[in-house]
Amino acid sequence: MDEIDKHLINTLQHGFPICASPYQQVATQLGLTEQALLDRLKALLANGTLTRFGPLYHAERMGGALTLAAVKAPEQRYDEITTIINSFTEVAHNYARSHELNMWFVLATETPEQIQQTLSSIAQKTGLTVYNMPKITEYFVNLKLEA
Amino acid sequence: MLEEKDRQLLEQIQQGLPICPRPYLEIGRLCNMPEAEVLERLSKLKQQGLIKRMGVIVKHRQLGYRANAMVVWNVPDSLIKQLGGHISQFSFVTLCYQRPRQPEWPYNLYCMIHGKDQTTVLTQLAQLVEACGLDSFDQQILFSNRCFKQRGAIYQKPKPTLADG
Repeated sequence: MDEIDKHLINTLQHGFPICASPYQQVATQLGLTEQALLDRLKALLANGTLTRFGPLYHAERMGGALTLAAVKAPEQRYDEITTIINSFTEVAHNYARSHELNMWFVLATETPEQIQQTLSSIAQKTGLTVYNMPKITEYFVNLKLEA
Repeated sequence: MLEEKDRQLLEQIQQGLPICPRPYLEIGRLCNMPEAEVLERLSKLKQQGLIKRMGVIVKHRQLGYRANAMVVWNVPDSLIKQLGGHISQFSFVTLCYQRPRQPEWPYNLYCMIHGKDQTTVLTQLAQLVEACGLDSFDQQILFSNRCFKQRGAIYQKPKPTLADG
């Protein structure tokens, strides 16, 4: 990743135009040719620097639901619990964390009802108490990470 | 409720925009829609906030942000709005939420801090605690060193009945 890539990533975290030739517009802004921008984006996606180039949806406004949940997975059952939880397509992220509550995951479902159903199935399949911590308020942050 | 054509568009672009000179024309071809209609519908969806933003979605680790901590506090409900508003102003804070307290887990204010390494994150946290006056509240820091799964909150395919209707 060189300075041009960093500049490109920082610029595109602000947004991407919705117009007929959006890459041309961004390329001009960055002082690149359209083809150079397309090539760089393809390379950044191919080498995994970028996960995705596209829209970020507002799950709740789409009618869907999200929640943050956690379990206390006993050390000797840790891998088994990980496999069970990750097998649910509703699980969007799953992180090991340094605490007695050592597995934290995010559920994303099409409807609010499915959150409760999924949490119940996870509790049933793992035999663990599932802590459910849906958001009450989101405080706006600037999502941009400086490359 | 979403119109069927909007639903179709959102599903088409969820994995990413085509990387070619006329990406919206290409999406239109796949959805059987003129480019102008694609532009009009996507602009409207963005204006309505269903699309939060278009652009790049980065991997923290790939940019050198190797440490992330979830920090939680138990703060009085009467102060949470002010504290949440203050915490979210710091550039290293990537998420900030109020969540309900749980039995055995009395925390109601959550934030995520991303940094290049654990020491940096702890220094940033100390800065945050001091600036926001958080030192008198019960706090926990949960570092993560393993990520088992990470996907975007993928917009699910509509049910066949809806797709046909």
